[in-house]
Amino acid sequence: MSEGKLRILVAKPGLDGHDRGAKVVARGLRDAGFEVIYTGLHQTPEMIARAALDEDVDAVGMSIMSGAHMTLMPRVVELLCAQGQNDVTVFGGGIIPDEDLAPLAAAGIKKIFTPGSPISEIVTWVRENIRPRV
Amino acid sequence: MSKRSVVAPVKQTNELGKVVAANRTMSGLPLAELYEPAGGAPPTVGRPGEYPYTRGVYDTMYRGRLWTMRMFAGFGTPEQTNTRFHALLKAGQTGLSTAFDMPTLMGRDPDDPLSLGEVGREGVSIGTVDDMTRLFAGIPLDQVSTSMTINASASVALAFYVLAAERQGVSPNKLRGTIQNDMLKEFIAQKEWVTGVKPSMRIIRDMFVWCSKEMPLFHPVSISGYHIREAGATAVQELAFTLADGIGYVQCGLEAGLDVDAFAPRLSFFFDVHNDFFEEVAKLRAARRIWARVMKERFKAKSAKSLLMRTHCQTAGVSLTAQQPLNNVARVAVQALAAVFGGTQSLHTNSMDETYALPTELAATVALRTQQIIADETGVAKVIDPLAGSYFVEALTDRMEQAATAIIDKIDAMGGIVEAVEAGYPQREIATSAYEFQRRVEANEEIVVGVNRYVDGVKHSSIPTLKIDHDVEIGQIDAIKACREKRDAKAAKAAIDKVRAACHTGDNLMPRLLDAGRAGCTLGELCNVYREVFGEYRDPGGF
Repeated sequence: MSEGKLRILVAKPGLDGHDRGAKVVARGLRDAGFEVIYTGLHQTPEMIARAALDEDVDAVGMSIMSGAHMTLMPRVVELLCAQGQNDVTVFGGGIIPDEDLAPLAAAGIKKIFTPGSPISEIVTWVRENIRPRV
Repeated sequence: MSKRSVVAPVKQTNELGKVVAANRTMSGLPLAELYEPAGGAPPTVGRPGEYPYTRGVYDTMYRGRLWTMRMFAGFGTPEQTNTRFHALLKAGQTGLSTAFDMPTLMGRDPDDPLSLGEVGREGVSIGTVDDMTRLFAGIPLDQVSTSMTINASASVALAFYVLAAERQGVSPNKLRGTIQNDMLKEFIAQKEWVTGVKPSMRIIRDMFVWCSKEMPLFHPVSISGYHIREAGATAVQELAFTLADGIGYVQCGLEAGLDVDAFAPRLSFFFDVHNDFFEEVAKLRAARRIWARVMKERFKAKSAKSLLMRTHCQTAGVSLTAQQPLNNVARVAVQALAAVFGGTQSLHTNSMDETYALPTELAATVALRTQQIIADETGVAKVIDPLAGSYFVEALTDRMEQAATAIIDKIDAMGGIVEAVEAGYPQREIATSAYEFQRRVEANEEIVVGVNRYVDGVKHSSIPTLKIDHDVEIGQIDAIKACREKRDAKAAKAAIDKVRAACHTGDNLMPRLLDAGRAGCTLGELCNVYREVFGEYRDPGGF
């Protein structure tokens, strides 16, 4: 891990192939100076948790357009905790109805960025809320 | 300006038999069906229904028949979508368009571990012929044309559709409609796949060959720019990559031994219609012109029908905003108008609530009514290609043609679209355009009302959204398990073995898939044969 640089895993869980948002966010975070690892499409929660461990990341950002967020996002948090990565910050984005925001927060997803969120807002949030893991 | 009046300006009827407004303005001034300069338009513009079809593929265009209002619908169980289909037909929709859920699109059964949480969410869940039969219950498939938006598992879905019709007593040669079946754009943009680029093209080849013999009224591919655009391409890139894909499919048909004039008339297209009004109109006009020339000059098509680029259009989902969602109704109306001025053959209008979830019935009805208002109230369909001859529109059409042709030439130089896609060329270009667009929005170089201008600070939407019950997933899992239990296991296995053998030998897959559907094999089982024989395609990742 390079000194002082946050490592962020951008992940696409599920079967949904809409990767425009994930790729734009990945580029935006990289251009803002973070180290970004992108999983590519069609990842199971197990694959994402495994990548988080292998890559020793500080945060996992997930993008879901398919409506499966209530199943898949909390599952990733559970798996991270189970492997001792409770301190990895999990955030996400996608087509997420407002009423799902509170249950996702309760399940440990620290922040959800909904459509129209500028990259600058995501970068600022990452800078202010994610700390390198010790 | 002189005017031509081929059809007397009398009352006309559309396909529902409703009377179309008489051919005069609201003030009562008479309208000809077509306007053109004395001595005729320049040859690049021509006349509607004549080469190079810049002004439209039919001589009478909407004077003869309005575009088909075809709303994409599908969610939950086959029964739930069937109910929506009946409601849409009752509301005056003139064709069906089916949205499948992610597991169905990716060739996974509802009980596959990878389907977790996705069953019925983005479309209807179809795992068996029984599901397909329930989807179209009470809908006479010899009378209603049906579009199916499915690609990686399209061969299986087509077999199941033919079998559902068979149960209604309808033979394949009576079926009208379209199956999207455009795998090139899946690798480029939408990213739903089972196996790799070349095996996918082989499966498509089998479908082309089988459909050319058995389903003469059916379109075996819808060459789609829509997803390319939604993934971030510019209008020029959408035009170029879509036509390059079209060239790839024509080559695929020719390599399978089909005669170009027997096959080309069954190709159909599908474009996005975004916010930049005149660029979208010019894009559709340029697309027709390029395609006509490609078919005539490159592929030596003899029949005029082979030169026609008939297209479906859909308003741009990606242009909709979660902020101030009622504004989306206005965006959709303007985009739909561009599609009509562009001369589309059918149109889907998006619903205002689609940045939140699949549309509610109310939102989908408003979207359909938007088309009906354009068709019946505005008078824009009274005169053929009313924007032709605008200095601006014609110049922009020429410019779009040049820019797209340059990209198509580049793809030809790479060895064709299959090689370009395998090398990731269109994928990289699109990702770069998507990022550049986002950068421009954030720099206020592109304005999005409610997002970077006229922001009202209201956080939450107040529009209702559609909920998909988790019971749908449980129900579909139970249904597919019951299906597997009731079938003759030996017959099912034998049918699967024959599909596998055909994958290896190169025999046409379609007859074997039909037998497998009859034997109760599931969509996931059949796609697993593709994975096993051809290998599963994985996202190369990269951003």
